[in-house]
Parts: sequence; structure tokens; C-alpha cells
Amino acid sequence: MKDVSKVIKKLVLFLAIGSSLQGFAVSEGQKEGTVSSKEDVDAYILHHIKDAHDFHLFSYTNSEGERKHVGFPLPVILWSSNGLVTFMSSEFHHDDNGEVVVEKNGSKFVKLHSKIYELEEGATSLSLDEHHHAANAHRVLDFSITKSVFGILLVGLFMLWAFSSLAKQYKNKSVPTGFGRVLEPLVIYVRDEIARPNIGEKKYRKFTGYLLTVFFFIWILNLLGLTPLGFNVTGQLAVTAALAIFTLVIYTFSGNKDYWMHMLWMPGVPVLIRPVLAIIELAGAFIIKPFSLLVRLFANISAGHIVVMSLIAIMFTLKETLTVGGATALSLVLSFFITLIEVLVAFLQAYIFTMLSALFIGMAVAEHEHEHEHDAEGHVVPDAEDVRGDFI
Amino acid sequence: METLLNDFSPGLFIVQVILLLALIFLLVKFAWKPILNSLNEREAGIQDALAAAEKAKADMQNLQADNDRMLKEARAEREAMLKEAREIKDKMIADSKEQAKAEGDKMIKQAQATIESEKKAAVADIKSQVAELSVSIAEKVLKEELSAKDKQLQLVEKMLGDIKLN
Repeated sequence: MKDVSKVIKKLVLFLAIGSSLQGFAVSEGQKEGTVSSKEDVDAYILHHIKDAHDFHLFSYTNSEGERKHVGFPLPVILWSSNGLVTFMSSEFHHDDNGEVVVEKNGSKFVKLHSKIYELEEGATSLSLDEHHHAANAHRVLDFSITKSVFGILLVGLFMLWAFSSLAKQYKNKSVPTGFGRVLEPLVIYVRDEIARPNIGEKKYRKFTGYLLTVFFFIWILNLLGLTPLGFNVTGQLAVTAALAIFTLVIYTFSGNKDYWMHMLWMPGVPVLIRPVLAIIELAGAFIIKPFSLLVRLFANISAGHIVVMSLIAIMFTLKETLTVGGATALSLVLSFFITLIEVLVAFLQAYIFTMLSALFIGMAVAEHEHEHEHDAEGHVVPDAEDVRGDFI
Repeated sequence: METLLNDFSPGLFIVQVILLLALIFLLVKFAWKPILNSLNEREAGIQDALAAAEKAKADMQNLQADNDRMLKEARAEREAMLKEAREIKDKMIADSKEQAKAEGDKMIKQAQATIESEKKAAVADIKSQVAELSVSIAEKVLKEELSAKDKQLQLVEKMLGDIKLN
């Protein structure tokens, strides 16, 4: 236990210090190397929240006044009107305003606000309409290894390595050692506190694999988002939508007769009300539940990033009123404590997502009008379905 | 809302779905299944071990009770044996005392009887010796006394006198 708390302490410190370092990355700034106005800060934060096509660590201006970017490019994979196109993101030369045109396979591509557009036939450069939208270009299907995909791959490989080595440990001994000793209680926690009570003793086993994967996936990516590497994977709508849809598919396809019966033709209510209830239930199952899952995770993580970065930006925005030292100190203190809270939020959101997924699956597979188990004295043993009422 | 939808990247969505599917599949196959199986096995093992320990404890208690009972029995038996032995000893001592006393009494009696008979024999012997001695003395005296005629007469006289007196 002591070892675990030590690791957690170190991790918290690392993340907290890391977020403070992020401040220096911000101070290196945007185009001309300065982020000074509130608009620059807003733009910088919004840029960070989005996915990126290259892995950018920081930028600086060297003695010749040249802007240098430190990071590495990532592959761009597009499905354009002329088929599959691949090139490295370095060909855009860090441009994000649609100015650099890359020509491949007879198609011209530009990058505008972290998205890649294909120029219409005949166009040579991007023109924008009055809403700052691309007027003569259209979006393409972008399968690039973006920063988020890179993060997903990293975390996926890490999980595969960590948990398969934990699985291997059990071949020789019944109690794992080293890092496995940290992972095992987490696995048991998800199984005993999330899967088992919400799905029920008989059926939890089948869904525990999914719940464990999702829990660790979200949690590790949330934590990765707190490092100065600047990942914002769980703050991408596409990622949270995919996760929510997985849960939707699982509880829809594992729903039993009772589940569909209660959804489409609710027993025990007047017949006239039943269609109305069916509409509400259908909307609940197919829209509200997955939407609540995807929006909660996306909003919490994005908001966390925005708050941390805004607090770091106090360094610039309050420079005049508080002096440089005062603004920096205030920014450091506030961002330090908000990062501590974010560490908690990282876990909490992973927990809530997994918990609600388990809850929805449990509702779909629950046996209604079921026999209660009785213990030795004849008392009714509360099962998952009775306990569920406490959460809703 | 429009910005949100604009930010939604279908490509990232598809990539994420594929990667997540692969990740779930690989993790279930190589990690979760063996881990959960091992955990279940271990928990079952712990349950079994606990039950076995509980059983061993009960057995131990039974054994202890048995031992205690046997010890108590043995102690009682020893006690009884000691008591019996003591009784036997006491009885033997008493018996032998009695016997010795009887024997002694008998011997004393015999001795007394012997002493009595010896005494009697001795007395008889003394009596006979005294009689003999008195006869011989009387003989000697008579021989001496009757040697002269007058003396003989004197004696007769005296004897006659004695008889008269009687």
C-alpha cells in the first residue's frame, strides 16, 4: 500500500510540475513568438484543445529572428477525391491558416484550424467566406495518425504491455510483484466496484473485459492530457463518441426480452400511455444515454484543459496589474491546485464513464420479476437491481 | 453547436473505433481473460484455504478436547490406582500388624504355658527333692535320736503327748 501511495504522490507531483512547464510552452507563443493579448491566449487555447497533425513540443525564436519549432511530424493519411493520399505533416511547414498548399495525386490540400481541406478543381489557393469558412474547398476523410491517434496508439501499446505482463505474472505466482502490484488492485476495483454491483453476479463476467479496457483507456489518456505533452484525446468529440457508441452497441445487443418489453410496451401502465413511454424510452436508450456519456467526458476534459491553460495565461493577462512576479506566482499557485483537482477529475471521469456503461448494460441484462436470493436466515439478499436504485 | 460539429472529425472517429476494437480484442485475449481467471482461481483458492483452516481449527479443537478428556481420564485412573494401592498397603500393614500381634500373643501364650509347665516341673522337682531331703534328714535325725533307749522312750512319750493334744 505504501508503495502505491508513493507512486501516486510522485505522479501527482510530476503532473503538477508538468502543467507548470506547459506555461513556458505557452510563453513561446504563436506566430510571432508572442502571446500577449487575451485574443492570442484564446486562440492558443482553442488551438491546443483541437487535434493536431504534428507532434509539437514547443517553439522558440533563435538569435537570427527565425521561428524554430521543436517536435516531430506525423503521417497524414487522406481519402481524397483521387483516392488514398499519404504524406508527412511537415509538408505543411507548421502552417494552420490554409496558406501552404500541398499537391499530391493531383489534389491540392491545405490545413486550416487543424483540419485538412481539399481545394476544389481549378483553385490554386484557399479563399475564405465571411464566416471564416473555406469557400472553395471541402473536408476530406482524414485517417491521419494525428496527435490524438498517436496518443491512443501509445496508450494502447502501454496497456497491452502492462496488462499482458501482469497476466504473465500469474503463470508463475499467485501474487504479482512490481508494477503488477499497483495494477492488480485497480483491476479488482473495476471488477468488484463497477462491474459486479451494476451488472449482477451472474452476468458481469462477460462485460468486465470491455469495462476494464474503457476504464484504463480513459483514465490513462486523461492523465496523459495533464502532462506537458499536450495530449487532449479524451477531449475529442470523435473519441468520446466512439466510446459512447461502443457502450450503446453493447447494451443494445445484449438487452434481453424484459429490456425490450419495458422499453417498447411498458407493463403495468395504462395502454394509452404505453406508446408515449416507448418514445421516451427509445429516445433515452438511443440518444440520451450515449449523448450523456460522450458529452460528459468531452466537456469535463476539455473544460479542465481550458481552465488549466487559462490559469497559466494569468501570467500574461494580469502582467500589468500584478507585475510579472505577482502574475507568475498567482498563475503557478492556481494552476498547481487546479491540476491537483484535474488529477482527481481524470480518475473520476474514467470511473463515471465506466460506471454508467456498467449501469446501462446492467439495466439491459437485468432479470425482472426475479426471484430474490435468500440468505440462511431467510432475509432477502439485495442484488444489483435493488442497489441500482441508489445510484439513479 | 456548429463549431462542435465542425470540430468532429469523422476520420478520427473511424480510426478510434478500429483502434478501440483492436485494443478490446487484444486486451481481452491476452490480459483480461487470464488476469480475471487467475484472480478467480486465487480467490477460490483463498476461500478453500480459509475453509480448510477453519476445518483444521475445528479438528484441532476436537483433538484438544479428546486429549483433555483422555488426560482427565488417565489422571482419574491414576488417582484411583494410587488410592487402591494405598488401601492395599494400609490393609496389608493392618493385616500384618494383626497377624504379628496374633503371632506374638500366641508365642507369649506358648511361652507363658511353657513357663507355667516348667515352673510346675521345677516346683514338683523341688518338692520331691525337699521330701527326699527331709526324709534323709529325718532318717539321720531318727538314727541319731534312737540310738539311745531313753531317748526313744522320750520320743514316744512326746509323740503320744502330741497326739493327745491334737
